[in-house]
Amino acid sequence: MNNVVATHIIRFILLVLIQVTICNNINFLGFINPYIYIIFILLFPIRDTRIQLLLVSFLLGMLIDLFSDSGGVHAAASVVLAYTRPVILKTSFGMLYEHKTIKFSNTDVGHLITYVTLATILHHTIMFSLEIFNVSNIILILKKTLFSSIFTIIVSVLIIILFSRNRK
Amino acid sequence: MQQILNFVIRNKTFLLFLLLFGISLALTIQSHSYHRSKFINSANGLTGGVYGTFNSIEKYFDLKDQNNILVEENKYLRKLLFNSKTTIDSTYIDTTFIGSRYNVTIAEVYKNSYSLSNNYLTINKGLKHGIKQDFGVITSKGIVGIVDNTSNNYATVLSILNKKSGINAKLKSTNHIGSLRWNGKSAQHVQLEDVSNFAPVKVGDTIETGGESSIFPKGIGIGSVESYLTDISGDTFTIEIKLFNDMSNIGNVYILEDLDRQEIETLENQSNE
Repeated sequence: MNNVVATHIIRFILLVLIQVTICNNINFLGFINPYIYIIFILLFPIRDTRIQLLLVSFLLGMLIDLFSDSGGVHAAASVVLAYTRPVILKTSFGMLYEHKTIKFSNTDVGHLITYVTLATILHHTIMFSLEIFNVSNIILILKKTLFSSIFTIIVSVLIIILFSRNRK
Repeated sequence: MQQILNFVIRNKTFLLFLLLFGISLALTIQSHSYHRSKFINSANGLTGGVYGTFNSIEKYFDLKDQNNILVEENKYLRKLLFNSKTTIDSTYIDTTFIGSRYNVTIAEVYKNSYSLSNNYLTINKGLKHGIKQDFGVITSKGIVGIVDNTSNNYATVLSILNKKSGINAKLKSTNHIGSLRWNGKSAQHVQLEDVSNFAPVKVGDTIETGGESSIFPKGIGIGSVESYLTDISGDTFTIEIKLFNDMSNIGNVYILEDLDRQEIETLENQSNE
């Protein structure tokens, strides 16, 4: 049990550091950044209660906001993602989720990609809408959401696959 | 009472979600309005420490560029010095002109963003070094922004690439003034709004700070006119400016403190009453 908690704490700190020092400064083509810190919310243990997940996600988002001077944009998006995670899990994993038997380290890659994609698009849409906060700039919101989502999905799926221990 | 408690317990996840979402939404809305104290900003020990550690590694990769910028600036200053009309005796220093109105502090940029819609920089000087809100921040090439939040050792700078920024600027050739805004589209361009359409604007003209506020002195470069068009109302121009500064590559900055600010502000307040 302690081992699991320690893993998650280390993952939390590492993801925040990587996000604020590297990923926020990529600016591919001038504006495209991946937001990989959501991996933490995605891989949070399913058996733990949703209350814990909500609180930890809020803390995670707030930390990212603190580092990037963005008000509460990341916190809001993370909390929404944390709250809707069961629905996304059910849609992408189906029966596996019903029986609470998903192991992220050895799931089918197809299911994993669906899961990451749904979560990323939801998270990024809320985040960029709040960041730009102007309905007349809807094209800009959609553009940023689309390109950043693609980047985030690719990087996140790669990270999850590379760092899971026992994938066949 | 029992029923209320039951309701709370049954819906505790949803209620917690609403609470947390509400807090973050409130912070977001607050961050979109200018001139209010913010709780969430990167001028603090934790973020400053992390950015400082990584900056000390990162700046080695940037040394060559920063060196070039310094050499360029030296070249410019040398040119001014050698071509000045008065002959300068190196032993004679006229103290009435040196440091009379503006106090300059140097700082290193720890964090710089230019792809968001509200961009901030984090610098490694703070209250301890005499930096306060509303000090101007420039580089050798042009303006960068205005100091926003400060902690003991760090400060955040409201970049000119921020929708909340509105700096007073003018045409170098004719003194027609306008307000500097950013539409969030390109990190190389800002817009000068509300310029009277009597102004003889030409593509390539220089835009500089106006010196009407006590933030920037008069005549600091901003950029050159790239294009301009008449507003819908027909009375004013909106000028598209290409910045002199490369906002994506800022290493060292100068912070300007106007020593006469208090006097000016007191005077302005008196005349307003």
